[in-house]
Amino acid sequence: MNHLGFDIEKLKIGSFDFTCCEGCQLQLANKESTLPEFLALLDIRNFREISSERLDDYDIALVEGSITRQDEVERLKAIRAQAKVLVAYGTCACFGGMNAQKNKFPKEECIRTVYGDKQIDTMQESHKISDFVTVDYSIPGCPVNKEEVERIVVSIATRSPIALPKYPVCVECKQRLNTCLFDLGEVCLGPISRAGCDAVCPSGKTVCLGCRGPADGINYDSFVQLVKDKELSTDEMNEKLAFYNGFTEYLNHEG
Amino acid sequence: MIYKVISKPEFRAFVDALVRANTSYGPRQVDTGRNGEPIYQFMPVSSADEIAFDYTVTASSAKHLLMPFREELSKFSFRDGNWSQEVSYDAPPIVLFGLRPCDINAINLLDEVMLKGPYPSPYYLARRKNTFIIGMDHLPLPDCFCKSMNRHTTDHGFNLFASDIGEKYFLSINSSKAFNFLKEFETADPTYEDDCLLIERRKTIKQSFQTNVEVTGLPMFLDLEFDSPIWEKWGDKCLNCGTCAMVCPTCYCYNVEEHVETGLGSSSREKRLYSCNLVDFAEVTGGHNFRPKNGDRLKYRYYHHYRGFAVNDNQQICVGCNRCGRACLAGINPKDVINDLRLEKESCMTCVSPSPQKS
Repeated sequence: MNHLGFDIEKLKIGSFDFTCCEGCQLQLANKESTLPEFLALLDIRNFREISSERLDDYDIALVEGSITRQDEVERLKAIRAQAKVLVAYGTCACFGGMNAQKNKFPKEECIRTVYGDKQIDTMQESHKISDFVTVDYSIPGCPVNKEEVERIVVSIATRSPIALPKYPVCVECKQRLNTCLFDLGEVCLGPISRAGCDAVCPSGKTVCLGCRGPADGINYDSFVQLVKDKELSTDEMNEKLAFYNGFTEYLNHEG
Repeated sequence: MIYKVISKPEFRAFVDALVRANTSYGPRQVDTGRNGEPIYQFMPVSSADEIAFDYTVTASSAKHLLMPFREELSKFSFRDGNWSQEVSYDAPPIVLFGLRPCDINAINLLDEVMLKGPYPSPYYLARRKNTFIIGMDHLPLPDCFCKSMNRHTTDHGFNLFASDIGEKYFLSINSSKAFNFLKEFETADPTYEDDCLLIERRKTIKQSFQTNVEVTGLPMFLDLEFDSPIWEKWGDKCLNCGTCAMVCPTCYCYNVEEHVETGLGSSSREKRLYSCNLVDFAEVTGGHNFRPKNGDRLKYRYYHHYRGFAVNDNQQICVGCNRCGRACLAGINPKDVINDLRLEKESCMTCVSPSPQKS
């Protein structure tokens, strides 16, 4: 297959999960209409959800999940050492995800609440993977958008530039003619969250919680002002901003 | 133009028959806002009952029905070491009901841009030619400023226009298609009294505007105010969210994206409406961004709307519908921005160079 001017080889890929629900990886086996074509691009070396083979000669590693245990750090570093390209795959890997809800409570209290008296090894915080290894590409989303995953995989295969939308969710939300959720009295993170999800949540009248993290060059101060001007709750805003852990730098900045 | 009058029930029956037989779009209430106000959008309609005949304004314009937010421009197939391109201008006929004069004028402006230039868009042309437009007049909302832009009336760009004269609609028939459709319905030639009612209606509309935006000489003001601090002031508020351009009836800037399909045997080229307020609008290969600041991007949106077209084509491209102003979460709206600009200039003129009489 060299009609694009060069030979295309199957991508040797491994898919790995850390602290997560594995829902993002499951998306890889979703979207049946293009699944055969998609899988034809891949030489799956290691992916426990769809194959029992465990080979370690992958070039591309998709890493799902956040890091919450010391042994995960070692495993992650080994994957990094093997992979030519490491992709932070899904919101947990990109930002720490909703697992980071625990970050604001003492670790002992979290363990006691969830596991009782059982001995559990866990870190104080749920970390994004870039806290420990270099990440080449990020595909955020809770879960990831399969269409975007396909596009990025095709871009890797065809050696084309890879980019996520830099603009916020509002663009896609307006294109779907949705009623602005602020007009319905809700705090929505759409104006500051990265697009690429086709505004799926606001289209279902559910506010955006920013699972794809902040858009490029967001105007955070103006967003806070907007919430205040509309006489909506800043506590609610802060809770939403903390939900996926994508806005920590802004929240900390706010004090 | 042929003029007729039609009773309101008969007009409703006509619209009902038309939208039942055709793929149609009209104003529908889609939500109720925080303060109990109805929210409307141009949505698919299949009977008159679904149409909000007495709607105020739609949150988004009807632009996307002629110029979709996302549109495939062409498809490429690769086979046996060769490639082929497929372009389709398919545009099934649609009925667009209930446009206001400002919306029709907006489409006329899009016609100028998409059809009158050196490279007319066949995609737009196909849709435009296959769109049957019925306009309706209305009393302006408190923040409508189409009169300031001289876009509060229209005499072309529609097939049929209905003015509300009380018991009846006064119809301006602007196409043989509309004339033929109406043949099956009971209409009458306007009487002297109907004419008077129309003139009264026009007068009432004209006198009901509460918002005036002074745009006389604005292109020159904008030239003088290129470095004004007001751009930074309003830019500091701007969320860079692109909402203004999405709801605007005349914003047509776009981005073109090309994607190889997953099977690698084909690819597509897609046009996506974009906004000059988006952070990477002026970013080029290599990463340089010609307009990295919010204020600069906002400024250029105003320049495009109020200066560029005025200077090059003797008209401003804003029609004064204020959809951008209503939708902007940061409270940026043309009236306040333009007034700010003028105020600044006027005060500057008073203090820096007092007129001879005063000194």
